[in-house]
Amino acid sequence: MAEPIAPSDTVNDVGNDAASGTPNAPTSASLSPGATTLLFVTVLVIATSGLVYELLAGTVASYVLGDSVTQFSTTIGTYLFAMGIGSWLSRFVKGDVARRFLEVELAAALVGGGSAPLLFLGFARAEAFEVLLYSLIVVIGTLVGLEIPLLMRILKERLAFEELVSKVLTFDYIGALFGSVLFALLFVPVFGLNRTSLFFGILNAGVAVVGTFALRPLLDRGTVIRTRVIAGGIAALLIVGFVRADELTTWTEQDLYDDPIVFATQSSYQRIVVTRHDARTSLFLNGNLQFSSVDEHRYHEALVHPAMSAAARRERVLILGGGDGLALREVFKHGEVREVTLVDLDPAMTETAARLFADLADHALEDPRLTLVNDDALVWLDERAEDAAPFDVVIVDFPDPNHFGLGKLYTSRFYRLARRALADDGAMVVQSTSPLFARRSYWCIETTMRQAGLHTAPYHATVPSFGAWGFVLARESRFEPPTELASALDGRLRFLTNDVLPSLFVFPADMQRVEVEPNRLNDQTLVRYYEAETRELER
Amino acid sequence: MSSRREMLRVLLGAPFVSLLACDETPAPRVPDGELLGPDLAFGHRLREPLPREAWNDAPTRRISVAIVGGGPAGLSAGWRLARRGVRDVELVELEPELGGTSRSGRSELTRYPWGAHYLPLPPASYADLRGLLMEMGAYRSGAPAEEVLVREPEERVFFRGHWYPGLYPFAGASADDLAQLERFERLVEAYVGSFTSPFVRCARDHLALDRESAASFLDRHGFTSARLRWLAEYATRDDYGLGLADTSAWAFLFYWASRASDDEDVRDGAPVLTWPEGNGAIVDHLAGVIGDRFRTRALATHVFEDPTGVHVLLLRADGTRERLLADHAILALPRFVAARIAPELSLSRESFDYGAWAVANVFLRERPDERGFPPAWDNVLYDSPSLGYVTATHQRGRDLGPSVWTWYLPFTDADPDEGRARLFSAEHGDLAEACVRDLRRAHPNVDACIERIDVWRWGHAMVQPRVGFLRGGARFDAPFVHGTIRLAHSDLSGLALFEEAFFHGARAADDVWNELVGNPRDESAIAPPRAESPT
Repeated sequence: MAEPIAPSDTVNDVGNDAASGTPNAPTSASLSPGATTLLFVTVLVIATSGLVYELLAGTVASYVLGDSVTQFSTTIGTYLFAMGIGSWLSRFVKGDVARRFLEVELAAALVGGGSAPLLFLGFARAEAFEVLLYSLIVVIGTLVGLEIPLLMRILKERLAFEELVSKVLTFDYIGALFGSVLFALLFVPVFGLNRTSLFFGILNAGVAVVGTFALRPLLDRGTVIRTRVIAGGIAALLIVGFVRADELTTWTEQDLYDDPIVFATQSSYQRIVVTRHDARTSLFLNGNLQFSSVDEHRYHEALVHPAMSAAARRERVLILGGGDGLALREVFKHGEVREVTLVDLDPAMTETAARLFADLADHALEDPRLTLVNDDALVWLDERAEDAAPFDVVIVDFPDPNHFGLGKLYTSRFYRLARRALADDGAMVVQSTSPLFARRSYWCIETTMRQAGLHTAPYHATVPSFGAWGFVLARESRFEPPTELASALDGRLRFLTNDVLPSLFVFPADMQRVEVEPNRLNDQTLVRYYEAETRELER
Repeated sequence: MSSRREMLRVLLGAPFVSLLACDETPAPRVPDGELLGPDLAFGHRLREPLPREAWNDAPTRRISVAIVGGGPAGLSAGWRLARRGVRDVELVELEPELGGTSRSGRSELTRYPWGAHYLPLPPASYADLRGLLMEMGAYRSGAPAEEVLVREPEERVFFRGHWYPGLYPFAGASADDLAQLERFERLVEAYVGSFTSPFVRCARDHLALDRESAASFLDRHGFTSARLRWLAEYATRDDYGLGLADTSAWAFLFYWASRASDDEDVRDGAPVLTWPEGNGAIVDHLAGVIGDRFRTRALATHVFEDPTGVHVLLLRADGTRERLLADHAILALPRFVAARIAPELSLSRESFDYGAWAVANVFLRERPDERGFPPAWDNVLYDSPSLGYVTATHQRGRDLGPSVWTWYLPFTDADPDEGRARLFSAEHGDLAEACVRDLRRAHPNVDACIERIDVWRWGHAMVQPRVGFLRGGARFDAPFVHGTIRLAHSDLSGLALFEEAFFHGARAADDVWNELVGNPRDESAIAPPRAESPT
């Protein structure tokens, strides 16, 4: 209380030549040795968090945009360049360097600490994600670039030049080592990206508070109080974010997945989660794996090409479900394809796919031959004009029938409506769960299709992510399973060959037909079969 | 607030207000919507009708057949005549729309019912009605069409904080509860065969049951299980708008036993057929066949016969008058109206009581939260004065996103006039609030999901089969035909069911047609087969 409050104007804002020092303000000569040590620790922390922000930006960018080499090189390049801007800008900081340093710390705490949540939220919401990403990188890089030059100027009175440069840079590089090692080994595995980011923001705010003690002689009372209050406010905000990170993203949800979640959203219809680890991208709907990029080619080739090869023509194709665009990619491998209609319930699914799986799907969702419909497939088929032009191939690719809302898409009613949309000489295929793990469910689907008047050819393929996986190929009249792939595919497939194709239609003993009831809208036997079989499997 | 609470007490009965209310939290704003119902002002002009002489100057139109009443019975009669090729027919209806209590509404999203919303598959013996279903495409290749059979899950019950499959709350049921349920099912089986649809074909061997109430019947058989009695009362409230104590035990057993028979496809109980708009789909089909041979907003105030024919005196909403002079008339009206406009027929109104109902259509932006078994077509709340709600989008397969729920509240008062008075003392806000409070029990955040609630007040929703409703067989014996005036309405059976309305409409039309083409009369069309006096 006894300390007089210096009117800040007289102390701080007198324009001085930087080279001649600031006679009005106290200099670092008045710093205690303890304070100096504290400032070197600060360098360490600043360097660590600076590197972590850089890594966070690169990681988030490569998670959500894919292509980690490009993302890391461009984010790191931009970041280093922005640091250069910061260093250059530091020359314009004239007078009251200590206060400016604390302000930079506070800004770095807020922007750096909030960076990962901001990027994830921005990715889920914003159209121009790249603009947000690079703006953030530039802002953070600039702030981090300002930190060390300012700190060096504070310390320069205290130390000889060679000692100053040696010590500051040593701590800086040690901090970088800490940052990179801890980031990969400790923070991302334990905290996840959001909490890592928030944690380092809190550290930055802490540095600002520590700075008010270490630099006390250089600061007026007003700055000390203001800095501590603002730092407290920012820290409180980040701590709230840290504690409630569950709601920001998916802290607990992450436990359910092996790979880091890079995208998660709750649409009106389902929970969509995308995980990515190195080159492996996986899609989960309501926690159930839909594909893994490691072996999805097996699934999608097996789903699409037997039907495409069995059909008399391949000009008009209907895909029901399949909003990830991967079946579509396989369809477009056939040059004759003129129009494709893809009906997927959830606009969030097709939007997610367009942004996250564009490369994986060879940009199939952008093809001008595609008509995208977001509607319930049963309702869409029901409301479709009876005399509308039929499709040469119908591909039915829904999630497994684990509730009544999905079960209805495997009923005889559904297949009758699908038949109505199918050309007489066309072919239809249905993804049909696993004939090994859900044997009754698989044969229930096949039985239901026959009940609806279709002739069927059941087959299966091994997809390591799923296990032995089943499909049912069907046509209007009796037919033999295709023995040859459509010629357009020569050499373009990774899994299917003409040698393999016939073998898919051979069922080992433990997957062969069992007698089951067909699935009708008014009994939904399939949902019960599937539920029972899933329960048995979990036991 | 207190007057609102008072209103809810009047509407729902005191015990339910505390059951439904969350008194601690201030009730969110009651959703907007319309208050709908029959045109009471127009209809009530029957109470003080103009004298017949007022039509002396009115234009007269001569036609062959006049059908008075555009509900299911009148529409069935018109449909039958149209199918028989009788063209010179005119159907008149007081309301602006046809359909009676099977009317439906339509939003951008879906159609939805305003009243009757399902039809149990009729037994094979009821070939006429099966024929109608075939014509509609609802029955083909020897089985009901998959898309009109109620989609699974058909029904669920909200009990102690969770939804459970089916109507009977099995959770926590004691061994005695379950034993009573099984015994009840066996008892009902014993009556299968004596009860069938339509009503006139029921055997006469259990008429004595009409003299006791369903409650006394259950007492007499030792059915004390609270769950079983709740289920039993749910059934009487649902089908008849009556509590167990007021429902005839005969009608009670009719509900359980008439829907099973030895036919192959109804052996385990008749499957239920439904459409998003409920029975609106059936009446719309009938009206489509009738075409433009009808007029709405036309109130028949007098129907009488003289040597020149049957006179139907019509008053239009704009006050103009017209006379239809017909060779034949089909009076497809509820008894309380028919007795008033055709006094020469001396139709008895005794024992014709009508229950009041409120029906709310709740327009949802999205589905609210809930716990337990997933959404079904029919969603019933245990221990609620309402009957729960039916989901209009269920049958078409729209399980997520916006929907329309049709919520039913019967007024089961011992005195039907009191129930009617309660209903008409309620405004839109009162009924909408009663509805939301009821739904909130099972869906705590339903308020946030509701876009609008429209409410329909049915003052005379359905005739009630109270104790003694057969009056010792009087209803069985009452003549259907009075000269050239034929009666056609489900009231003639005393059961407000589509099957009964269709039966009487088609029967009256056939009787007219037989006479028009000179066929011999089918005696069963004049009056039901004579009953032995019940013991």
